[in-house]
Amino acid sequence: MVRVDGNGNSSLICVRGLDKKYQRGSEEIHVLQGLNLDVEKGEFVAFMGPSGSGKTTLLNLLGGVDVPTRGRITVAGDEITHMSGSKLTNWRARHVGFVFQVFNLIPVLTAYQNVELPLLLTKLSKAERRKHVGTALAVVDLSDRVDHYPRQLSGGQEQRVAIARAIVSDPTFLLCDEPTGDLDRKSADQIMTLIERLVEEYGKTVLMVTHDPLVAKRAHTTLHLEKGALVEAATKEVGAS
Amino acid sequence: MRFLPFIFANLFRKKIRTVLTVGSFAVALFLFGLLFVVRGAFTGGVDIAGADRLVTINRTSIIQPLPLSYRDRLLKIRGVKQVTFANWFGGVYQDERNFFPQFAVDTDTMRQMFPEFRIADDQWQAFVADREGAFVGESTAKRFGWKIGDRIPIRGTFIPGVWEFNIRGIYHGTRPADDTTQFWFHWKYFDERKPFGKGFVGWYTIRIDNPDRAVEIVKAIDQEFVNSPWETKTDTEKAFAASWVKQFGNIQFLILTIGGVVFFTLLLVTGNTMAIAVRERIGELAVLKAIGYSDGFVLRLVLAESLMVAAVGGALGMSLAKLFTLAGDPTRGLLPFFYLPASAIAAGIVTALAVGIVAGMLPAISAMRLRVVDALRRV
Repeated sequence: MVRVDGNGNSSLICVRGLDKKYQRGSEEIHVLQGLNLDVEKGEFVAFMGPSGSGKTTLLNLLGGVDVPTRGRITVAGDEITHMSGSKLTNWRARHVGFVFQVFNLIPVLTAYQNVELPLLLTKLSKAERRKHVGTALAVVDLSDRVDHYPRQLSGGQEQRVAIARAIVSDPTFLLCDEPTGDLDRKSADQIMTLIERLVEEYGKTVLMVTHDPLVAKRAHTTLHLEKGALVEAATKEVGAS
Repeated sequence: MRFLPFIFANLFRKKIRTVLTVGSFAVALFLFGLLFVVRGAFTGGVDIAGADRLVTINRTSIIQPLPLSYRDRLLKIRGVKQVTFANWFGGVYQDERNFFPQFAVDTDTMRQMFPEFRIADDQWQAFVADREGAFVGESTAKRFGWKIGDRIPIRGTFIPGVWEFNIRGIYHGTRPADDTTQFWFHWKYFDERKPFGKGFVGWYTIRIDNPDRAVEIVKAIDQEFVNSPWETKTDTEKAFAASWVKQFGNIQFLILTIGGVVFFTLLLVTGNTMAIAVRERIGELAVLKAIGYSDGFVLRLVLAESLMVAAVGGALGMSLAKLFTLAGDPTRGLLPFFYLPASAIAAGIVTALAVGIVAGMLPAISAMRLRVVDALRRV
């Protein structure tokens, strides 16, 4: 269940009264104003809105890579808004999987090494890391591209490697910023099918920013950002195709 | 250790740039090694000089002689244990470019005075027994392909005529810095044959019983000969060697200046390279931070890359310098102490690593301070 009225309780992600202001020269820009959000585990939420409406800012705040001007974000019981930089870094490693529009793979590392990166921060042995990476690459159907470098992969395959990297440490939720923005329709469709599988089969919670209404339709819930707050646009029955 | 493949992968992302940066380190460290060798070549005598030996020369200059009769007077001075003497010969073997030092030495006392030279007993006895005999250092013997039994003609310069010597022995050093380029022959033969200055020696080398009393004994020696026609100037062997080096100017300052300029330039080159490398990877560094890598990790990653370049380049440069010195003195005998000690190799590598850290520090700090949100916006 997803709520934007601030009345939800016991949700996985709970946002209350979130404000974010930017200073551009002498001008102060209010991007987010008193935003509320509750997302339960296993939800797939799409954020839409015009450019500059604050979608990516919201995603960055939820992912703990930016700090709000005011308000509170709680994820799985941890309030992240007052965490120190190093605590937040550790928290991100355990709870957040990022998928970016431009894939952001390390070009000098193979698909395997890119997916292994988050695991290098854990105490897992080499054999355990190999097992996890193998599983993640199998989930995204790239077991046969383990030793390929990003330049040897298509855009769709690169994004699948990025998704494998995001899920390999089994994070609490995935944040996808325009995951299909750099892909053709066919590849975009494959990526969305993969994300849907992650939600349906593996119970992942996914929050996604997109401009594309067709992509947004694949989410359980689509929320619009208007005047710095979220407005529910559409909800579909969970399990409907 | 688990991040080593990542560091290597980053270094080889721009192979030419990495090779050139490693190359500039290698060239700088090669130069550092050579400067160290040249410094050692000039000051080697100072470093290995015997602590319990003094050198007495004519007060006017070393080219002015001292009477042989001073030997007995020197031996009577309290604290003096042994005395030997020698003359500079300055002859030419075949060609004037074939420089090596030749000394007329006192065969009765010379060997005891310089125990740092390894001399075979039978060879020394053969040398002592042959008034035209000569003893030569292994470097010079090797250089000219001389063997025991060879007859060597040396043309005198300030003492005219061709002097022929029989090689009776070859000495070796016991330490890497020992001078094995010298050529010794009998002082008595020299004194008999020379047409002038008979009964005079070039300098005395004196062994004292207690190095702590060196200042006092030096004073006593010079006092002994004050107001004589041949006043003396005595110094410890170390001070004598140091004053000899000073004639060539301030070698230390010269080397420090050249070395400083080289390393400062290297600092700029490497710093710029690392800064470019970081700038090119802002997006990647931001992603690393986003997925849970700490600011400290990013700092260490950039520093590790810089250090890796410095270590490889430094080791390569010092190895090349060592190889160069193994080939021997390229000046054909002007620099007898031509070798690179292990301490200099270690100093070179430590200096390279220090340059690596300093050069990588600014880019590493800027990578550490990178804000994920700002960096991702730039991608």
